Amino acid sequence: MRIPCPICGSRDIREFDYMGHAQALDRPDPGAGAQAWDDYLHNRDNPAGPTRDLWFHGMGCGAWLVVERDTVSHEVTGATLARDVKGGAA
Amino acid sequence: MRFSGLRVLTEGLTGNRGWRPHWRDPDPRPEYDIVIIGGGGHGLSTAYYLAREHGLSNIAVLEKGYIGGGNVGRNTTIVRANYGLPGNSEFYSHSLKLWEGLEQELNYNVMMSQRGVLNLCHSDGQRDAFARRANAMVNQGDDAILLDRAGVRRLVPYLDFDNIRFPIYGGLYHPRGGTARHDAVAWGYARGADGRGVDIVQNCEVTGIDIDNGRVTGVQTSRGAIRAKKVGIVVAGRSGQVAAMAGMRLPVESHILQAFVTEGLKPVIDHVVTFGMGHFYISQSDKGGLVFGGDLDFYASYAQRGNLPMQEHVMEAAMTLMPVIGKARVLRSWGGIMDMSPDGSPIIDRTHIDGLYLNCGWCYGGFKAVPASGNCFAHLIAQDRPHPAATRFRLDRFRTGVGLMDEEGTGAQHNLH
Repeated sequence: MRIPCPICGSRDIREFDYMGHAQALDRPDPGAGAQAWDDYLHNRDNPAGPTRDLWFHGMGCGAWLVVERDTVSHEVTGATLARDVKGGAA
Repeated sequence: MRFSGLRVLTEGLTGNRGWRPHWRDPDPRPEYDIVIIGGGGHGLSTAYYLAREHGLSNIAVLEKGYIGGGNVGRNTTIVRANYGLPGNSEFYSHSLKLWEGLEQELNYNVMMSQRGVLNLCHSDGQRDAFARRANAMVNQGDDAILLDRAGVRRLVPYLDFDNIRFPIYGGLYHPRGGTARHDAVAWGYARGADGRGVDIVQNCEVTGIDIDNGRVTGVQTSRGAIRAKKVGIVVAGRSGQVAAMAGMRLPVESHILQAFVTEGLKPVIDHVVTFGMGHFYISQSDKGGLVFGGDLDFYASYAQRGNLPMQEHVMEAAMTLMPVIGKARVLRSWGGIMDMSPDGSPIIDRTHIDGLYLNCGWCYGGFKAVPASGNCFAHLIAQDRPHPAATRFRLDRFRTGVGLMDEEGTGAQHNLH
C-alpha cells in the first residue's frame, strides 16, 4: 500500500501510523451525553469496502491525513489533510 | 459412525470403503427454534453444546462459505490458559479443561498436543510482570512455571540468548498449553452437532435479520427466509456487517493478522515459543512446517491477506530470536480477519433485541476459546443467563466503564491491542 500524501506525494505505508476511523474527527460536544460519547469512543461502522481513516505521516511531513481506501481490496483512492476536513464535511 | 483404532485398522485392510461423510449437507428448513449465524469454530461448538448440554436439536448453523473455510482454518492453532485478569482467567481456564477432554467428548482426533507454551522475557520488569501473571494463573488453578535463563536454555537451546537488544532473561512456562489441529476441531464439532440433529447449512449467507416489536423472528438468507425464535451472531471479523442488519453498531474494528508456514522440516521446535517484544511466536506442526506469526498489520481490513511490511517485520523478529530459522523456506502466508474490541477481551452477551445474542470481539485469540465460547454461548442462549465462566463478557462494559478487561493495561481504546 502507498498513500498519496498531499504534501509529500505517493509514499510507502511504512512512513505512516494508522489511527483508526476518521470518525475521531467528529468529537461530540462535552455535554452530548454518555450515548454520544460511547458511540464516538467505542462503536464503529467497521465497513467492508470504502472507508475513511486517519493516518499520521510520522516519518514524513508530520501531517495528519484522512485517507480514503477500500478495506476489502486495500486500494487507496485519496488522501486529504485532516486540518482541511476537521469541522468541515467530516 | 464411531472412530476407534480397530475401525481404522479394519478400514485400512479393506480398502477404506466404509467411511462416510462426517455430517449431512441439508437444505435449510423454513423454521428452527435456534439459528446460529456463522459456521466457524465458535458457531459449531455453540450448536454442539446446545444439543449436548441443553437437549435442544431444532437448530441450524448457517455458514456463508464452507465449514473450516474461515478463521478456524486460518489461525496458528495455539491453545492456552495464561491470562491474568478476572473474567478472562476463569474463562480460558474453563476452555482449557474442555480442550483436555475434547477428543474423548467428540470421538474425534483433534490432535490435541499439550507441548507447553513458553513466553520469553527480556528485562527485570517483564520478568516481574510474568511472576505476577504466573501467580494469577496458579491461583486460577492452572499451571505456570517461572523459568530463569538456564531453565529456558534447557528447554529451547536453539534460541539466541545474547541478542544485544533482547537478551533472554527467563520465561513463563505453561505446560498444559499447546496446539490442536484446527480443521479437525471444526470438523469434530460439526460432526458432533450434526449427529445430535443440528442442520449445518453451508453456502447460506444471512442477508437480513427480521425483528418484530423488539423481538427477533428470523433471518433472511441467500437460500430463503428462515424463521427462528432465537438467533445467535457468531461471525468474528464480519460482526460489524451482521450486527448492522439488526441496526446495531458494535465496539469492534476488523483488522488483518498474518501467519506463515515453512516447508516441512524434521522436529526442531518442541513447544510453542512466544517472543512478545518482537511480536513473534512459533510452533511446529505435526507435518513439520514451522507455523509462526506476528502482530496485526494495524489498519482496518477485510482482505484476508496482508502487506509486505509486516511480513518483513515478522521475518526480522524470527531471525532475531532464532537465527537457525534462516535456512528454512517460507511456503505460504495468509491472513485472517480479527474482530478487535477496544479492551482486547471478547463479548458474549444478549443484545437490546429479545432473542438476539452476540458473540464477538475475540481479537487475535479466538482459537483457544472455541470450546468455552460455544459452551458459554450455548448456556446463554438456552437459559438466558450467562455461564458462570463468562459473566464478565458484557457488551455494555465500554459504555459504563465497569468491568473492562484490559490485559495489556493500555486503555480501552481501539488500535491499542
